[in-house]
Amino acid sequence: MQDVENIVNGQKLFLKPEYQETLKNKKEFESAAGAVDPEKVKEVAEWTKTWDYREKNLAREAITVNPAKACQPLGAIMAGLGFEKTMPYVHGSHGCVAYFRSYFTRHFKEPTPCVSDSMSESAAVFGGLANMKDGLRNCNAMYKPEHISVSTTCMAEVIGDDLNAFITGAREDAEGELDDLPITYAHTPSFVGSHITGYDNMMKATLEQLNPTRAEKVVDEERINIIPGFEPYLGSLAEVKEISKMFSDKIIMIGDHEEQWNTGAGEYHLYAGGTKLEDAKTAINAATTISLQKYSTVQTAKTIKNKWKQGFETSNPIGLSGTDEFVMKLSELTGKEVPEELKVQRAQLVDAMQDSYPYMHGKKFAIYGDPDFLLGLVSFIVEMGGIPTHVVCHNAPRKGWEKDMQAILDKSDWSEDCNIWAGKDLWHLRSLMFTEPVDFLIGNVYGKELYRDTGTPLIRIGFPIFDRHHLHRYSISGYKGALNLLTWITNAVLDQLDEETKGIAETDYFFDSIR
Amino acid sequence: MSIENLEALQKEAIEEVLEVYPAKAKKNRAKHLGVDAPEGVKGACDKTRSNKQTVPGVMSQRGCAYAGSKGVVWGPVKDMIHISHGPIGCGQYSRAGRRNYYIGTTGVDTFVTMNFSTDFTEKDIVFGGDKKLKKALEEIDDLFPLNNGITIQSECPIGLIGDDIQAVAKVHKKESDTPTIAVSCEGFRGVSQSLGHHLANDSIRDEIMPDTTARGDFKETDYDVAIIGDYNIGGDAWATRILLEEMGLRVVAQWSGDSTYKEMAITPKAKLNLLHCYRSMNYISRHMEQEFGIPWMEYNFFGPSNTNESIRKIASFFDESIQEKAEAVIAKYTKMTDEVIKKYKPKLEGKKVMLYVGGLRPRHVIGAYEDLGMEVIGTGYEFGHGDDYKRTKDEIKRSTLIYDDVNEYELENFIKKLQPDLVGAGVKEKYTFQKMGLPFRQMHSWDYSGPYHGYDAFAIFAKDMDLAINSPVWDHTKAPWDTKEEVGA
Repeated sequence: MQDVENIVNGQKLFLKPEYQETLKNKKEFESAAGAVDPEKVKEVAEWTKTWDYREKNLAREAITVNPAKACQPLGAIMAGLGFEKTMPYVHGSHGCVAYFRSYFTRHFKEPTPCVSDSMSESAAVFGGLANMKDGLRNCNAMYKPEHISVSTTCMAEVIGDDLNAFITGAREDAEGELDDLPITYAHTPSFVGSHITGYDNMMKATLEQLNPTRAEKVVDEERINIIPGFEPYLGSLAEVKEISKMFSDKIIMIGDHEEQWNTGAGEYHLYAGGTKLEDAKTAINAATTISLQKYSTVQTAKTIKNKWKQGFETSNPIGLSGTDEFVMKLSELTGKEVPEELKVQRAQLVDAMQDSYPYMHGKKFAIYGDPDFLLGLVSFIVEMGGIPTHVVCHNAPRKGWEKDMQAILDKSDWSEDCNIWAGKDLWHLRSLMFTEPVDFLIGNVYGKELYRDTGTPLIRIGFPIFDRHHLHRYSISGYKGALNLLTWITNAVLDQLDEETKGIAETDYFFDSIR
Repeated sequence: MSIENLEALQKEAIEEVLEVYPAKAKKNRAKHLGVDAPEGVKGACDKTRSNKQTVPGVMSQRGCAYAGSKGVVWGPVKDMIHISHGPIGCGQYSRAGRRNYYIGTTGVDTFVTMNFSTDFTEKDIVFGGDKKLKKALEEIDDLFPLNNGITIQSECPIGLIGDDIQAVAKVHKKESDTPTIAVSCEGFRGVSQSLGHHLANDSIRDEIMPDTTARGDFKETDYDVAIIGDYNIGGDAWATRILLEEMGLRVVAQWSGDSTYKEMAITPKAKLNLLHCYRSMNYISRHMEQEFGIPWMEYNFFGPSNTNESIRKIASFFDESIQEKAEAVIAKYTKMTDEVIKKYKPKLEGKKVMLYVGGLRPRHVIGAYEDLGMEVIGTGYEFGHGDDYKRTKDEIKRSTLIYDDVNEYELENFIKKLQPDLVGAGVKEKYTFQKMGLPFRQMHSWDYSGPYHGYDAFAIFAKDMDLAINSPVWDHTKAPWDTKEEVGA
């Protein structure tokens, strides 16, 4: 029974003998092997660690187990929230939107505005035009957005709803209420690509639909656009903007969702920050657009290069060489010398890398995440002398990504020990980690089950992270971001060293106070 | 606040939120909002329109049929593997999100926190996914040999592209000789997660209830009961089980938190079904009553007043020996819960609470707050039906704002108007209200605490509510240089 002076929640309550007894009683009625035949559980558990199991596991064709990717509309919502006073609007079932909002909110610990038009059986039969007509009007009346960003769920895609026609129809019926409201739209079927595809489709559509045609563009040779991509690190957005500002006031982030998920206490505002619509509408006038995530902007790039005939560059400012490349690109495009401040930051980062290198050097890492995130993180691990033994990219793009990743791994002295696993999931990774173990795992919250099962310490870098707080506020981009990566990884290595050497009178001779 | 003032304010709040809507939506939403009080008849609890289509274009907090079937009813059945059949997202967003606690070796004999998906591509949409599903079932059996069955949880496209998952399941069941159950719980069906509960119940009725082999060697006693509609969130069902066992009853099954296939299959041998979440499992309880003659009763284990009453009601189905033990259980725990009340009531008395949850909680938790002297002044259901609202009438203690399928706009404005001291709702709402400086507890997941069912759990509930309301962090919102009267709410 509870001790009122020391009330404990489930964590410790169920360890009390009376609860252990009740849990034991329950087993009598269970069919789980753990209750019926515990030895069998041990036997099968051991088998899952073997090469035999690994081969069967890697041969899977139809079932995905513990994926490391999500679906298109999630990315579309992030793209939409990068613009000021914009309400993401999902044409489809509202269950999806409940999921998207929960998912972002659990990661950012912030509200996530997004509506749906609640399509149901009747819409499945007759199409969702009626939902769109009512939905856009209601959304506009209640949430007073200055821009609505429409994406779709797989339901609307399977029945083939035509967004362009529906939105036009909704405007006609709205008695003028929607006349001056920009409504951009993209088809974002969940059965194609992943969340980064949805980001790409929505970003492309937003830029195409908000901007005039090439014939009307007025080039501003000094203007540069930066598209961040599906970026879960809000600090990275701030960092990129800060670096940009050192070069020019005319570098504009297109799709800047930093403030939306980082508002202060005191009052709740539905909308916060975002790229000014005026800047979004004139994006075509820039001399160049830089994408910080090449593989989250494959389609967007086509609009910029082919339709707009604008300069398009990609640069991934994660890690030292990635940031160097980004900084030099800005220097080249603006014609300005690299500012002293950045030179100092770089020197400080390299100094810190030289201080800490012994701890990452030669350590084996398994890492998983989105394609561009991995290119940046793996590059940094290689720069530090670490070994990216297993690089798992579940949503690896078909073209180009593996080649880009191989080029990074080729810089490592251990490149032959490094493996790229495109299209593999986290249950595959479990087999890889049992058969070819690593020292550390880098990934999102779903890595914690791999940590539990394999004992490999998890360094939480990625998306989503639900079970640790505030990491998303930091930057992983730029020299300062690289310093954060260095700090997190080095200290995780040191934490593990302490963990392994804390045995009293056994291993604690190595439990050093100075490392 | 006097009763009259509260009621007037609540009515005014409704008038005010309705002003924003275009005519059609206004007419619709007005029927979902109302005020009711314990006394009198034909208040909002009798009249509120519910279980209807959500108004398009609003920020509804509702989920879908898939969420009701996979996420709520089937997902916690631990020794079966539940496939999210269709595109990748649904399974990912709902992975390990509900805190359905269980004991087992995950990935070997139990699978609750994992995500199995057929990860549909365009090819599967165009050519159909039945072949892929068949292969997926076979691969699961190869790699997870200790699974005691597989369920197929349909996502939206399945019902739209004409796949025959029932046929695939039937073939696999025959070939593998393990239960293989297909549920057509596509997200677009119905208006909320509620239909998903019903569809999941129906699939259990059709596929597990007839399995007499699984209960063939079961030796029954006169005191066998089953816990129905407890998803063991934060360990709720365990905290319930211990009390029933102390009463001298034998709990033969938990539905479906920490449950296994066999427990569900032996339930038709129980003497009484104890139903906690009426909304999600009344269907199967009614079925077992009709088919196997098992009586069922609703109970409420939130707060000592409700728990005492429920324990006595449960005992009344059995002989005197059980009734005596029931009284002994109540006596044993009352000392502790009295101390809890003595400790926390002075810090919580008179604090006003507004709730917005699903299932049973919008009414069931009222008593637990009232035991602590707190006053619930608003409550509503995401996916309730008329019978839920009718049952709510018995639980409210004062003039209460009733809101069905309330959206973000309405809830925000109701709360600004009524200024409660605590809001209890879901994660999507949490940070909105915290930003206004309002203490908040997630009442779906117990905000990563719990359990909240039973006597020991009441101590946790009280401690958590005190922690939320009396934390020093809320005092920091106003900056020392800020001369404005009130910041936020």
